[in-house]
Parts: sequence; C-alpha cells; structure tokens
Amino acid sequence: MNVPLLHVADLTIGYRTRDGMVRPVVRDVSLTIARGERLGIVGESGCGKSTLALALLGYLRPGGLVLGGVVRFDGLDLLRLAPPALQRLRGGRIALVPQNAGQSLTPSMPVGAQVAEVLAVHRGLGPASARARAVELLAGVRLPAPQLLARRYPHELSGGQQQRVAIAMALASEPELLVLDEPTTGLDVTTQAHVLDLLDDIGERTGAAMVYVSHDLGVIARASDRLAVMYAGEIVEGGSTRDLFAEQRHPYTRGLLTSALRLDRPVLPQAMPGQPPAPGFHGSGCAFAPRCAFADPICVAAPPALEVIGGDRLVRCHHWRRAATAETIELDPRPRHTRVNGAAPLIELHDVSVTYARRGTVAFLRRALGNPDPPPTVQAITLTLRRGATLALVGESGSGKSTIARAIAGLQPLHSGGLRLGGANLALPVQRRPVDMRRRVQLVFQNPDASLNPRHTVGEILERPQRLFFGLTRAECRTRSIALLEQMRLGAHYLDRFPGQLSGGEKQRVAIARAFAAEPEIILCDEVVSALDVSVQAAVLNLLAELQAERGVSYLFISHDLAVVRAIADQVAVLYQGRLCEIGSVAQVYTPPFHPYTASLLAAAPILTPGRRARAFDRDETPGGPPARGCPFYHRCPRRIEPACAVEDPPWRMVDEHHAIRCHLSLDQLAEPVAATPLSIALGETR
Amino acid sequence: MDATIIARYTTDGSSLREVWRTFRHSTAALLGAIILVLHLVVALAAPLLAPHSPTAINPELALAAPSWEHPFGNDRFGRDLLSRVLPGGRIALAISLAGAALSVVLGGFVGVMFGYLGGLADEAAMRIVDALISIPGLLLLLVIVTGLGSGYAVILLAMVLSYAPGVARVARAAAHEFVPRDFITAARARGESPLTVVMRELWPNVLDVLLVEFAMRASWIALAVSGLSFLGFGVNPPTPDWGLMIAENRSMLALAPWGVVFPILAIGSLVVALNLVADGIARALGLDRSR
Repeated sequence: MNVPLLHVADLTIGYRTRDGMVRPVVRDVSLTIARGERLGIVGESGCGKSTLALALLGYLRPGGLVLGGVVRFDGLDLLRLAPPALQRLRGGRIALVPQNAGQSLTPSMPVGAQVAEVLAVHRGLGPASARARAVELLAGVRLPAPQLLARRYPHELSGGQQQRVAIAMALASEPELLVLDEPTTGLDVTTQAHVLDLLDDIGERTGAAMVYVSHDLGVIARASDRLAVMYAGEIVEGGSTRDLFAEQRHPYTRGLLTSALRLDRPVLPQAMPGQPPAPGFHGSGCAFAPRCAFADPICVAAPPALEVIGGDRLVRCHHWRRAATAETIELDPRPRHTRVNGAAPLIELHDVSVTYARRGTVAFLRRALGNPDPPPTVQAITLTLRRGATLALVGESGSGKSTIARAIAGLQPLHSGGLRLGGANLALPVQRRPVDMRRRVQLVFQNPDASLNPRHTVGEILERPQRLFFGLTRAECRTRSIALLEQMRLGAHYLDRFPGQLSGGEKQRVAIARAFAAEPEIILCDEVVSALDVSVQAAVLNLLAELQAERGVSYLFISHDLAVVRAIADQVAVLYQGRLCEIGSVAQVYTPPFHPYTASLLAAAPILTPGRRARAFDRDETPGGPPARGCPFYHRCPRRIEPACAVEDPPWRMVDEHHAIRCHLSLDQLAEPVAATPLSIALGETR
Repeated sequence: MDATIIARYTTDGSSLREVWRTFRHSTAALLGAIILVLHLVVALAAPLLAPHSPTAINPELALAAPSWEHPFGNDRFGRDLLSRVLPGGRIALAISLAGAALSVVLGGFVGVMFGYLGGLADEAAMRIVDALISIPGLLLLLVIVTGLGSGYAVILLAMVLSYAPGVARVARAAAHEFVPRDFITAARARGESPLTVVMRELWPNVLDVLLVEFAMRASWIALAVSGLSFLGFGVNPPTPDWGLMIAENRSMLALAPWGVVFPILAIGSLVVALNLVADGIARALGLDRSR
C-alpha cells in the first residue's frame, strides 16, 4: 500500500441559507484514495455527494463554507491553497467530468479547440501540437472521424459524444485523479456501457485514480473498487464494493439495495419508507433513525460514530450487528404477467406512422424539386393494449416511444394508420375528441418538476380534471381529492401545498392522482420513475401496480430502463428509431430468442453484482435518422448480414402467437446464446 | 395578504415573510419603498398638506427666495412653490400607475397568448410589436397627442401604445419558459382552450415578471408625462405639475433656481424610488435581473 493520493479528513462543508444560518451538508467525511484506485460514492439525491465531489477539487459552490477538516492531494492542502496554484492543479493533476456534459461545453467553440485549450493551458503545448494532440485524445475516447469531429460544435454531437468530449478534456492533462459526477446519468444504457468500458480502459492505461459519484447502484457496482455510502452528508458505510454488495451492515445501504429494481428479477421490490432529510436539516441523533426499522431511543438520543468493523469496513450505526444478521426483507411475491391475452383490447394501433416533417409549401417545393420526403419518425407500429394490462415501450432516446404516446393522447397527428380506443376511432386531434374520450386517456410525465403548475396548490391541480370531466362542485372535488390523496399515501394536508414544497416522489404521486382523478381507462406513463431516486422508484411502481389491481386501468408504460419494465409490464414492445424490433410478453422478451437490439440493450444494462460487468454488445456507432429501407438497426448490429440487412426490410419472425421478432436472422440463429456477456448469466439465474 | 397567496408568486414557493425579509435586507429597496409611499401619501393628501393655495398669485413675492413662510420659495407670479410641488405629481403619478397597469395587462396578455400559440400568428404579432417598438417613444407620443389633442385620456392611450409592446415582448419570453413544460401538455391533453391555458396555467407563472415590469414602466411613464408637460403637450397651466413648473421657471434659472430645483428633485426621487422598488421586488422574488 503506497501513500494515498488523496486524503480527506473530518471534512465539514456548509451552505449559508437565505435566513443567514449555516447548514452543514457534508459532515465529518474522511476518505483516502490510493493511486489507481476507483472509489464510488453513492446515496440518494440531497445527501451531499456532489458537494463532496467538488470539494475533492478544492471547489465550493457559491455560498459554500468549509467548517472544518482538510483535503490533501499529494501533500497539498487544497482548501488552503492559493487560487493560482489551485487553478493549475484543477484540470491539470485533478480533473472533473461534470454531470451534464452538454451544458459544460462552451456552445460557441468547436470541441477540438476546447480540448486544445486545456492542452495549451496545462501542458504548455503550442497551437499546432495542441490541435494534433486534441484529435488524438478525441480518437482515444473512440469518437468517430476525430479529425472532422474536432471542428464540430457541441450542439452538433449526440449526448454520448458530448460526454466523451468532456472525458477527453478531463484526460487532456493526464490527470492523476479523475472525479466523475454522475458521468452516465441521462445517457442511454448502450451508450452508458460504451462510456463505462472506455473509462475502465483509460483507468488501466493511465493509472489514474477515479472517484465515481452516482445514485445509480448498477453503475457503481460495475465501476468502483471501494464504496462510500452517504446519507444526510455523512458516510454511513464504507468498504470494498464487492463486500458491500454481498452484505450490507448499515440499514440504509441495505434499504437502497433491496429497493433497487433488478434486471434479473421480475418482481417489484419493497420500497424503503420515507425520504432523506433536507440538506443540513438532520436531528441530533442518527439521521437515518426516522426511516430505520431498527431505530430505538438510543438512535434518537445520540448520533452513532463511524466504527471500523474489520479490514477496511466502516459503518455508522448503533445496531449494525442486529441489522447485519436480520433476515432479508422478503421480495414482494405478487403474481404478475397473467393478464396478457385474456382481456378485451382497449387501445389498438394499426400500422401507425407519425412524421415531424414539414407540411405545406416547403414540403411541396421539396417534392417538386424531386427530393423525397424523409422517412417517418415512427413507422408501421401495430400494437394492442388490453384492458387492465401494462404494455411497455422500450428503447433508447429517439426511438419514438414518446411520439407514440403523444399520438395516442391526440397531441401529435398520425401520418397514416389507425388508432382505436375500445373500438371507437381515436385518430383525432385532442381538440376534436369528445370530452369523454379525453377523460378516458390520461398522461403522467417523466419530470415531476415540470408536470405540475408551480403556482397551483395540489387541491387546485386535482380539482381541474374533476370539474372539467364530471362537473363536480368545489366541495365535491375536495372530498374526492382527499380520497385520491389518501390512495396515493398522501394526507389531506397536502391539498393546500404548492409543488415547490413537495419532494420529487410526492410530486409524482400528485401527478398520478391528477391522472386518476379523471377515472381513466388508460394512463400513458412516460418515463414516470426515471427522474426519481432508487427507493422512491420502487414506491411509485408499487403504487401504480396497486392502483391497477384495484381499478383495472391499463398502462402504456414508456421506459428506457429494462429492470423497471421487467418489474411492471405484462407485454413489451422494443423500438429502435421508431420501428418495432420485437414484441412479446415480459417473460418472452427477456429470454432468448432475442432481437440483436434487445440483446444489446440487455447486455448493456447494469447489474447489481460487482465484477459481472455489463458490456456493450452493439457496434459503437451513431447512425443518422431512420433509413427509408432496410433494417434500422443495421449500423449498430453486431450480427448484420451484408447486403440483405442494408437494403431489404427485415421480415417478422413469429416465435409463437404472442412473440414476434423482426430480423433477417432465423429464429434458430436468434436463439443462439449471446456469448461472453453477463446477460446469459443474469438470465440464467432466473430460469 | 396571506402567506399562501404570496407563495404563489415566488419562484421557490417561499412565504410572504421570506420575500419581505429579502426585500427589507436591501437598504436600497427599503429606501425606494419609503420614498414611494411618501410620494403616494403626499399626492393624495396634497390639498391638506399645502400651506397656501397653489394658484394664488402674489406679485409682492415674485421670485422670493425660500423663507420660513415659503420654504421652497415663490415663482415669478409669487405662487408658493411648496404648495405647487406637493400636488404637482398627482397627474403624472395617476397616469403612470394607470398606464403601467394597462400596459402590463394588455401587453402581458398579448405576449403570453402569442407566446403560447406560436407559429405564424406569433410571428405576425411580434413583427407588429417590433414595428411599434422601433418608433422613437417621444415621437410616437407627440404624433398621438398632436393627432388626438391633449386630454389626459389621450396621454394615457399614448403611454399604453408606447409601453405595452415592450411588456408584450417580456411576457412572451417569460411564457416561453413555461410553454414546453409538461403541465401545459397536460392541460392541452385535457382539451383546455388556449384562453384557459393562458389565463389559468401561464398567467400566474408570469405575474412575478409582470409585477417588476409594472414598477419599471410606471417610472418611465412618470418621466414621459413630465416630459410631455414640459414640452407643453401635457398638463395645462395653471394646474401645478412638475414638468410644467420646470418649463415655466427655467428662464429664471439664474435668478431663482428654486423654481426648477424642487420639481426636479420631486420627479427624480419618484423615478429613482420606482426603480429601486422594481429591483427590490425582482431580487426578493428570485428574478434578479442583473444576473
């Protein structure tokens, strides 16, 4: 064991709030990171992860104050270093890959020039050699055609490419420590797998130490050697990632892991109750006590100390012995996936196409000049959603999932095809739909912050659909709203609150309550849990499942998260670039034969088992728009057949009556095991 | 006003007490508010406060310097300047408040509506707004006043025509922040009419911006009305008015500067106070315009 590269001791950081008080958001954190080591920092949002990550660069957000402790990097005291020396160090020996790369790149400068700037500042290269080295770095993060790409502006790149540019910039100075703040959040699973592969590779090549900050347990399991779990600004458990995932000592870590949705288990996990305290607002005892099953008066009275419990294992809990030996919370054994084929069809899409292409004069002129219309964004979608069932649409961003939901909601006109709701024609824009038809189709959105009007109270939000669809009086609405809130596990006192006063999970419950206030037959759920913390995800999904069982409502469930889909859906349709690739029941889609795209999605999905790496299975390419003919997945398919896949539309191959795959490969070929991916292993566990 | 109502109009749902605390913490904003309240009280109570008649002529006191009896001095007709300055802002203040309110309501509505509708209608409306904005303000005022005569209603109309287009632009930009949000999509999916979406969903969200606009426009209109009076298109003599007083007394500037100085201080303090209040509100509501 060599001398640690980074040493953090008793670090406490606070923010000054509007009322002039200082609230500590990182408390008594001590860490060491050796050269070449990969440390993961995990916890729910608002637990101080990002503040801590930035402090590792000697940086505090505006309003931040160091209340105590040191951050020592190779002997240098970062929190007391003179600004010029600190600037040389940052982006030099210590580099940051920020969360949102798209926003961290300068929009008005070509990406090559941005990388070259780092080289000029930190490595003192001249303009020509900096440019040449920048291209090498862009090639090093496996960006296609780096010469050309260096001259592009950030907005001309995809999210995954922007993230790679940010990584190339961070690597430009050959840092000894790389801090990655949610490096893959917001990326597609396949892109995430490619980026994580790349980072592994870089770690091995350069020997840089890495700090991964993430709320995503799958990413952490895969990318870190050691792990620190944060709760309310404190480290509550630490140790090697492998040990921590195998056995959790702290009830919080255990709660996080049991509430996580798992790709290898088709069940809804138990949600951890409660939510973390607002940053800086923790009681005098253990901050986790209000949510803890093991809490007793000792926990409320005295804060537990961080104990070393053997090796490098640390835990901050009075009752870790009891917690560690307690039985694992039983997974909810709710029988699912039984409603697939019996019930009557509710929503039927027949050969639906949607296009965002311009209409009118411009399109007419283009056509007159001999330019064909671009292929529709969404094409030839035929789906049936049955009463009381859940149909999931799965795919990466840009796969047309939300477009289909918008078409069903009447917000996007159909280009061609038929759309029916319980037999009646639904292919009408929303203004032309009868009131009752609008009532029967409701929406819930991804981002809980944007889906509720910040100036309306919860009561007003719930009242509107009731008045509109049922003409109830204000008093009647109130009674019904209270009943609805109680069903959402929110009390009547929420009626007078504003969305700004609610947590993300509470907002999403209100959005769900608003949808149910209309007594709909189908709810279009567009990524409803992807903006929520792990523990809240499980709670919201459980709620949706309960409401479905009670009311027989159908869900069109849009998600990019295969673990979530596996837990909630009955049927799955896999989409790529607006075309269907595979459709079947959950059990069928998650077992061979796979469409190659389904296989690459499954292979790339992170698994909560350290050491078993999710791996990119598809080709690392970014295609343009959907092709006019041939298979849309052609560019990225590792199993493509030349030239058939490029020029001929693939045929539908029927596995059985309910499971179909659209591919040129035969069913026998598709059923061949996908070698060397954890997919087969993960799936093997469940069979 | 209870805390719930104010929470509606702050970006982070903070209570009335927090808004007031932030506002009060700014010395400048507090000073502005005090001066503004003084102006309003004086304008309302001027007849009670004035020691003399504002129009009584006294040739013996023509151009008399400030004294205990006449603290602001007298003009060339011997009229008591204090008694003229006190009610001298009534018309400017009334037109500025009414004009700003109308500009904000009309401009705000048009801006939010077209910001929501978008497309060709929005393009067309915004080009008209651009055309109105591109006419120099004073020129537009003079054209309207010359064309329609110089009643207070005409001045008010002129002010609204000059300042509402700017408000429309600001309101449209503010609405654009909310139009793409999902709560608007949810309203459209419920089948709400554009008018309902604008009034129920968008309007409460842009009200904070419009409140700041109101204070800013009020200060500009107060200045513009005084300017018109100065040029002889506004308030008619012998009604006391600051702009008019500056025009009447400027030829005596060397002999009796008090005839000009006190009206200028009055206008200046009103405009500065309105601006300080506008900034203070913006900051307290989390809409810091300097950032």
